[in-house]
Amino acid sequence: MKHDRILLDHGSGGRASHDLITSLFLPQFDNEFLREMNDSAVMAIGGTKLAFSTDSYVVDPIFFPGGDIGSLAIHGTVNDLAMRGARPLYLSVGFIIEEGFPMADLKVIAGSMKNAAARAGVVIATGDTKVVPKGATDKVFINTAGIGIIDPDVNISGQNARPGDKIILSGTIADHGITILTCREGLQFDAPLKSDSAPLNTLVAEMLATSQKINVLRDPTRGGLATSLNEIAGQSRVGIRVHEETIPVRPEVQAACELLGIDPLYLANEGKLIACAAAQDAGKLIDIMHKNPYGQGACIIGEVISDHPGKVFMKTIIGGNRIVDMLTGEPLPRIC
Amino acid sequence: MCLAVPMQVLELKENTAVVDLGGTRRAVRLDVIDRPPTVGDYVIVHAGFAIHCIDEEEAKITLQYFEEIFADETSR
Amino acid sequence: MKHLDEYRDPHLAGKLIDKIKALSHRPVRLMEVCGTHTVSIFRSGIRSLLPPDITLLSGPGCPVCVTATEEIDKFIKLGRQKDTIVATFGDLVRVPGSSSSLQKERADGADIRVVYSTFDALDIARRNPSRTVVFLAVGFETTAPTIAAAVKEAKKEGIDNFYIIPAHKIIPPAMEALLAGGELAIDGFICPGHVSVIIGADAYRPVADKYHIPCVVAGFEPVDILQTIYMLLSQIEEGKAAVDIQYRRAVNFTGNEKALALLSEVFKTCDAPWRGLGTIPDSGLRLKDNYRALDIETKFDLTVPRTQDHPGCSCGDILRGVKTPLDCVLYRKVCTPSNPYGPCMVSTEGTCAAYYKYHD
Repeated sequence: MKHDRILLDHGSGGRASHDLITSLFLPQFDNEFLREMNDSAVMAIGGTKLAFSTDSYVVDPIFFPGGDIGSLAIHGTVNDLAMRGARPLYLSVGFIIEEGFPMADLKVIAGSMKNAAARAGVVIATGDTKVVPKGATDKVFINTAGIGIIDPDVNISGQNARPGDKIILSGTIADHGITILTCREGLQFDAPLKSDSAPLNTLVAEMLATSQKINVLRDPTRGGLATSLNEIAGQSRVGIRVHEETIPVRPEVQAACELLGIDPLYLANEGKLIACAAAQDAGKLIDIMHKNPYGQGACIIGEVISDHPGKVFMKTIIGGNRIVDMLTGEPLPRIC
Repeated sequence: MCLAVPMQVLELKENTAVVDLGGTRRAVRLDVIDRPPTVGDYVIVHAGFAIHCIDEEEAKITLQYFEEIFADETSR
Repeated sequence: MKHLDEYRDPHLAGKLIDKIKALSHRPVRLMEVCGTHTVSIFRSGIRSLLPPDITLLSGPGCPVCVTATEEIDKFIKLGRQKDTIVATFGDLVRVPGSSSSLQKERADGADIRVVYSTFDALDIARRNPSRTVVFLAVGFETTAPTIAAAVKEAKKEGIDNFYIIPAHKIIPPAMEALLAGGELAIDGFICPGHVSVIIGADAYRPVADKYHIPCVVAGFEPVDILQTIYMLLSQIEEGKAAVDIQYRRAVNFTGNEKALALLSEVFKTCDAPWRGLGTIPDSGLRLKDNYRALDIETKFDLTVPRTQDHPGCSCGDILRGVKTPLDCVLYRKVCTPSNPYGPCMVSTEGTCAAYYKYHD
């Protein structure tokens, strides 16, 4: 794609983001950690396996039903670490704040971060604050980075999906994405929509304690379920087949998606995970997930296949087959 | 070309109606609708406007046709 | 969800497919005219369930994809005016003009806002009285009455900073132009459901009568589309070319009188440029004199250089079903989803875009 400017699409988590990373960043920074294209890097230091990850949060609005930019920034990095099978331990927090931002709002955000960190069992160990002139940023942006420890026998990566694995989804999709989209001016609905923002580390710990045959974990954030499945299919050089009727979507989320002409497969989740695990362990994983508050909707949505490496297929509700592509640009409401 | 969905009328005001689909509600304009709906009717909503009040009789006829397809099969 | 779920029933779909298979004896090519049908056919995987003799072709598609390059250039020029807010449906922001798109302009600082309804654009105008708010009035007959209603409301309330830039397109002249263009390989039309809510199914009689092609107005759920295919096959089998309606819960033969009256109160037809199809007589809408003051071109000079479709673009022939994307000299070489030329590549599920993504 030839662009002389960065577009919003480049940050949407789909094809354009992927192209930007592989064509601009990877050639510059190339190393064995980045080349894996996982949610966190894994490195051994002094005999300990560490997971290391960072993410920036620019959500608008900063307060939304189900959370705010602060809790989101904690959950996001906790989840990125957990997706390598790590126990998240320490986080850094960097604020970039616009001049004139209300102190009261900042206090609310900090309080929400404190609570989120406590709930996830992580310590905010270091931080930084910058203030920029009015207009140089929008209200407040937050960066978090984190480290966690991985048990020696745990080996979870986007490259490890194997034909025959079942694909497990921890609950309903698109809750976060549709909530944020419908907060925007002109797209508001009166609907009980709520972000699913949540820490997934305890769920992951319980899953790891139950099965040694979990090969991939991924949180389908920006770009949605469709994009994450495509990433796994690409990284592991396998095909993936999912069954449309098994993918849970809340009725109010489905309804808002119908109205705006948006496919829930492409909307962000902030408290869900996908797992690829050996078929014989899928049942007991589902059972253990159902006992965790963040895994109550867990279900099997499909399987890894050896045909068509790199592609994701869907068996539709009426029994048809179709390809599920990556997100190509920021999801936008359509009239047609 | 034209994305529109059936939504149920919950409330009527002068030239707007509050409509519902699966718990998602919105006020829509009634400037364009073919006939004035009553509460409980389903209307087809496009870009914030109700453009048509669904004909329940016709919907029944279509569904009945489908039932006949099923009947075809079972009588065979 | 009532009036949706009934038409997504897998058993019913299976039965209809059996009926279609029983009736399919020879190659048949059916064209869906409407982009929402294209998306629905794709999402439900209908093609994979049909017998190989039945080919579904995607027609001129969505009003956004056929918006001509020069119209997009106008929108872009508009976005560069001082103190102007451009309100648009989301579909339009990625459609390329000759050198930019609305999303690129937004990256360069233009105030471009995506709205769900024209009345949301009116609200923006009310809240920003010192700025000029312009709604990009694209859309077929389904959408045009909603714009007409907003125009009327703005005039009534005296909201004097609200304008539109009319770029509507109307469907029957485009279908006629497609057919009049010569050789054609289409055996039946899956006619647009929501356009027909407004204009009524009688609008397709000239197509059915003059060109002897059966036309069935279809709903948008998978079962609606399968039933429509079955109805078209039945007509083809019997050698008929009638206008019929599958989507009876929403469509009648005469249309929505109130909407049509609103349309003719506010708009009159004019010639309009279609991406990939050239200028089609009487296929566009402009404001009548009474409302002309709400046309932004009475305030700003938005003249842009005329642009021609690329001479190599085969969209016209692809839409007529006489060429496939592989026959086009631009396809994949210069025309790609990220750099599209014609409407078949602009539309994410258009024939060329679908070929690009799904044929290796």
